[in-house]
Amino acid sequence: MIIGLVIADGAVLAEGPSQLLPAREQMAFTLMVHVILVPFGVALPFITLVMNYLGLRRGDPVAMQLARRWSTVMAIQFAVGAVTGTVLSLEFGLLWPGLMGKWGDVFGIAFGIEGWAFFLEAILVAIYIYGWKRMSPRAHFLVGLPIPIVALVGAFSILSVNAWMNTPQGFELDSAGNPTNVDITQVLFTPILAPQYLHMIAAAYMVAGYLVASVYAVGWLRGRRDRYNRLGFLVPFTVAAIVTPLQFVIGDALARQVFQEQPVKFAAMEIVWETGPDQPEYLFGRLQPDGSVDGGIRIPGLDSFLAGFSRDTVVKGLTEVPAADRPSIREANITHFAFDTMVGVGTVLLGLAFWFGLAWVRRRDMPRSRWFYRCAVVAGVVSVVGMEAGWITAEVGRQPWVVYNEMKVAEAVTDIGAGPIWTSFAVVVVIYSLVVWAFLSVLLRMKLRWRQADAETARVGAPPDIPQQSAQRDEVAP
Amino acid sequence: MSSTDLVALGLLLLLAAYTCGGGADFGAGMWDLLAGDRDRGARPRSLVDYAMAPVWEANNVWLVFILVVTWTGFPPVFEAVMSTAWIALTLVALGIVARGAAFAIRKPTHRVARRRHLGIVFGLASVLTPFFLAATLGGIASGRIPPGNRKGDPVTSWLNPTSVLFGVLGLLAAAFVAAAFLVSDARRFKAPDLEAYFRTRALVSGGLLLVVMAGGLLVVHGDAKPLYDGLTSGWGLVFAIAAGLFVLGTAALLRGGRLRGTRLTAVGALASLVLAWGMAQRPYALPTTLTVAEAAGDPNTMRWLVLVTIVAVALVGPALALLYRLDLTDRLAADHDDDLIEATAARGR
Repeated sequence: MIIGLVIADGAVLAEGPSQLLPAREQMAFTLMVHVILVPFGVALPFITLVMNYLGLRRGDPVAMQLARRWSTVMAIQFAVGAVTGTVLSLEFGLLWPGLMGKWGDVFGIAFGIEGWAFFLEAILVAIYIYGWKRMSPRAHFLVGLPIPIVALVGAFSILSVNAWMNTPQGFELDSAGNPTNVDITQVLFTPILAPQYLHMIAAAYMVAGYLVASVYAVGWLRGRRDRYNRLGFLVPFTVAAIVTPLQFVIGDALARQVFQEQPVKFAAMEIVWETGPDQPEYLFGRLQPDGSVDGGIRIPGLDSFLAGFSRDTVVKGLTEVPAADRPSIREANITHFAFDTMVGVGTVLLGLAFWFGLAWVRRRDMPRSRWFYRCAVVAGVVSVVGMEAGWITAEVGRQPWVVYNEMKVAEAVTDIGAGPIWTSFAVVVVIYSLVVWAFLSVLLRMKLRWRQADAETARVGAPPDIPQQSAQRDEVAP
Repeated sequence: MSSTDLVALGLLLLLAAYTCGGGADFGAGMWDLLAGDRDRGARPRSLVDYAMAPVWEANNVWLVFILVVTWTGFPPVFEAVMSTAWIALTLVALGIVARGAAFAIRKPTHRVARRRHLGIVFGLASVLTPFFLAATLGGIASGRIPPGNRKGDPVTSWLNPTSVLFGVLGLLAAAFVAAAFLVSDARRFKAPDLEAYFRTRALVSGGLLLVVMAGGLLVVHGDAKPLYDGLTSGWGLVFAIAAGLFVLGTAALLRGGRLRGTRLTAVGALASLVLAWGMAQRPYALPTTLTVAEAAGDPNTMRWLVLVTIVAVALVGPALALLYRLDLTDRLAADHDDDLIEATAARGR
């Protein structure tokens, strides 16, 4: 649905060179696939380490087993993420050479930091994954400990670039219009970075938590009530449930920062047409070319209130800037729809988190209702939808700018025809579908093997996965 | 040395690292493709699978570094190369994904026919990806990529004598370094027949590499005179000779069965080859339209790039050292579950 939305977004792009549309579609598609992998690199290591810690502290083989299996999932997604990430770096040049040629030396440094952080994370993840058997459990855990921190550094770099594109600063333009006098600290730390960064980190923790927990929620519904399934649900769900209310505060702060720094984007998010005080809040609804709003639920004055805690707060409208410098009506509607979807998803997840918290406070136990677990199953996918919707809000809402108020997307795009890019887009879709299919089938196969291994353990007795001191050598394949 | 020179040198070293790491990876894929039918090829393929599995696609990190340092340090070069040679580079991007996907899917796939098809995709992508990458470098070296957003010819910029030469050199270098590495792997896994198998292949590909290097000078003489001049004088010549000597040295060590140093000499050969090209086209980033100094980004950025690299090496170095130490002292082991994959896959064959 969301991908359809983005494609629909492109379909109305009448202005600009013809290759702009396929270039935007391809970029959107590859980014949207890549971002699904991000929570597994940013947040899953932490959740895995919590489980590992529980296993160590209580000498609990079940927790160790879970941590070990999650680390395998982490490794697979890491490999896939490395490939989709490489494609993205190539696309920067293949699709947007104008952007890179002019601004590469301004914002590029953050990507340098990200590259090294990813490398460091990959090394540590490799040690963590291959070290389960023969390293001492304590040393093994300690090697894993920096992974979540390094992951935060990597995520910081990427978000720093995106924040810079939204609120660019830290350079001067020379007479030819080229950036000079780059001030790297100003480039790295732009006004919108802090809330945007925290918003994405929290989103990653929510997605990873709800998604992993949803697997065990399915198990619960199918009647698996053993300790393995219980722990597998509890740890990730607790992490996600704690982060969810925080995410509301962070998201609110980010929206207000957008209101300050990118008023036109804010106007698109809230479909505000004319500048003025006492702006109503629309839940969904569609902006019409004449500035009226069709459908949706209208709450008088709420938009102004949310933006400045008073109905008198003046909110700028889309018409504040010339039509060529703001999102089109269609783009504004997509931004608004995506924004409301994201907030809706967050609200639903908040309710679920409260349900869980209430049961825990009252009975020190998980909720008993089957409906809770049905919701928890859906929460996994829904949280991904929320994250994608958030990125659509951020990216469609800043159109037509690639570097806000400095360079338009149309100036950044490569100077080749639309036909070849449509072709490459089609091939990319086919190959990515194969990759996703491969990724999922590997995961399913692993699940099957784990199930078999557990059945075997139940039959024979000895858990084969507790770290052993024995020097038993691996037989080599050839 | 100015920070610009440092960044340019760093970029060359990154390229050398990718040629070795990525080359070993792609080369292993080529040997997989050339291993023959199911019966004859089974053992070499299993060695390739086993040797590649832990570093599967990790070498792409080097490529990402190269892209990042290029667009940060020399933005006009990135713009020019990516937009002009877009056909070759789009194929590279697709090749990287197809290769990774095929390798990943092949492992858990049991049906023999499908495994074979995936193996072919993997092998072909292993040939085409490095060829197009090297061909693009050939386009740069022969001065066919001018600055600007797609100002050069989208086809002849990577389809010309020098590009084909670079492409063939890239393939041979990858095949050579991969075979040299696999000889050591075979010895580590105590498989003397595979040791001999890959030794022959390392010697043949090394010999071909030397022949093409020498013959390539003729091609370059006719097609890219400035590059020829650079390769036959000064540092370009020094590194070209070093590359040849390293190939010969590797061959001598392999023949004598002394494998201790062969990884190092093979790496030395490839690194010298990359450095020979880089030194030969000095002072140009894009011969003969844009010098390194003209292409350099903002001076502050260049200083930061050097700083970030130093900090990063200080952080990544110890982690890498730890990884190698743990590996050498046998404290890392494939997961129990991975052994299971092998077992199920073997049953499926």
